[in-house]
Amino acid sequence: MNDSKKHIVLKTESLSIGYQTKKDKTVVAENINFELGKGELIGLIGANGIGKSTLLKTITKSQKSLGGTIYVNGKSLDKVSNMTLAKEMSVVLTENVSQTNLSVYELIALGRQPYTNWIGTLSSEDELKTTAAIEAIQITDLMHKKCFELSDGQLQKVMLARALAQDTDIIVLDEPTTHLDLYHKVSVLKLLQKLAKETQKTILFSTHEINVTLSLCDKVIVMKEAVTHFGSPQQLIEEKAFDDLFPEDLVVFDSKTSSFQIK
Amino acid sequence: MIPLKDVVQTLLGEESIKESWQYIIVNYRIPKAIVAILVGAGLGVSGLLMQTLFRNPLAGPYVLGLSSGASLGVAIVILGASLFGGILGQFLVTKWSLIIASSGGSFLVLLAVIIVSSRVKDTMAILIIGLMFASVTAALVSVLSYFSTAEELQRYIFWSFGSLGNLTWDELTILFVAFIIGIGLTIYSIKSLNVLLLGDNYAQSLGLNIKKHRFVLILATSILAGSITAFVGPIAFVGLAVPHLTKLFFDTSNHRVLVPAVILSGSILLLLCDSISQLPMSEFTLPINAVTSLFGAPVVIWLLVRKKKLFV
Repeated sequence: MNDSKKHIVLKTESLSIGYQTKKDKTVVAENINFELGKGELIGLIGANGIGKSTLLKTITKSQKSLGGTIYVNGKSLDKVSNMTLAKEMSVVLTENVSQTNLSVYELIALGRQPYTNWIGTLSSEDELKTTAAIEAIQITDLMHKKCFELSDGQLQKVMLARALAQDTDIIVLDEPTTHLDLYHKVSVLKLLQKLAKETQKTILFSTHEINVTLSLCDKVIVMKEAVTHFGSPQQLIEEKAFDDLFPEDLVVFDSKTSSFQIK
Repeated sequence: MIPLKDVVQTLLGEESIKESWQYIIVNYRIPKAIVAILVGAGLGVSGLLMQTLFRNPLAGPYVLGLSSGASLGVAIVILGASLFGGILGQFLVTKWSLIIASSGGSFLVLLAVIIVSSRVKDTMAILIIGLMFASVTAALVSVLSYFSTAEELQRYIFWSFGSLGNLTWDELTILFVAFIIGIGLTIYSIKSLNVLLLGDNYAQSLGLNIKKHRFVLILATSILAGSITAFVGPIAFVGLAVPHLTKLFFDTSNHRVLVPAVILSGSILLLLCDSISQLPMSEFTLPINAVTSLFGAPVVIWLLVRKKKLFV
């Protein structure tokens, strides 16, 4: 099929992740293969401690892989410098930034760092991109507030706007919906879906919201102890990828409603 | 007291009425004022750098152990003089040996910190290691003081009071060069400082070379704090308080504002403290270290109680 031959932005080949010290090597997961296309929204699902964060850290180059290759826009991640990567991939992390006394605008403008001069002066293009990001996330009313005045949901949107201002092909989010109530969870994920469609960015996020993820995402990565699945939600449900996601004594996957039910 | 008119005349380069007044102004008061500016600005900036680098409002040159390293160097020279004895002991207690010892002390601690920071990825760990350095040196100093004579102890305590005076123009030039290098490195780092506010991981995702910039920041701090401590003694409090006062007054964490603002408010604060320590209308001079803490601490407490939040 021709239209499935979309431009591949992020790709892994038999990637194995984990931690390496001088003495030994702890493999968290291996043989991870996926291809993320332009404009796709991808959810990363797995039980606590299965290695979702490790995978995201490896993809964003803040941790070394144990084997295999990651390609960003066709280039091997090992050969891409931090500076070049910063123009191709932005991140939203779980770290707390509310300890700073920056205004929302200043924080979002920090996303322009890879493009600014040695002392960080914003050019008119930088200001334009910053404003555009603020408008895309619809947080114009927060623009002049201080970061520490924001609620968790607002802060999450601000951090997303910062990633958007960085103007990269890929945005990686580590659990963007934790600490949020159901309404704000859905609103953040809906926003991600809209951004992926409208800006043609590839957006990869890890989450525990299986239900919402299955109904919104183009592709899903499911991490389990033995194997890592990758495919469209429909495909994965047919493959019964979710059935053994959790130990089966408490919850079971119901493929009709594509959600987990308590036994 | 020197009348104001004569002070102005001397500053303008005219002949003063009394030669001794002119001597005091040119060789004592002016250098002292310049030292106050360099010390206030330099310690303030080094505190600011540490607070941002460690993302911790409690960080400062003291916490990294730099001042402790300097103190240990000086303690060895002064308190250990009798151990070396004779001519060598006499030589050791000259003024230059104090400066060399304290620079050496802070430099050694700096080296240790840099070696540790290249191995440890976690900035919090470096902070704790700095605190450990401080306790070890403090312990060594108390061991040394236990075995030293009353006279030596007095000398050491006088050094630890801190003094902005006693610097010749030559010494001032050296301090000034160190100051310019430290501030230059800081200005070079302004962009990375802002992104470090978000933490190491975000900074790296924005293309920052963390190791390199962390090294530059620690180097700048050590040059500033090390040279200042060497020449004027361990001046407490300024490195911690000035950045906080500035952050509260200017209400921002943006280093493009903070760096010049800290330089300005640090200079003003220390000039003020120096004027107070001169005790106008009296012939006494209070130790500068006591003045900075006595007058600075209540101000910071008052501001914090009012604003209720401490920012990095």
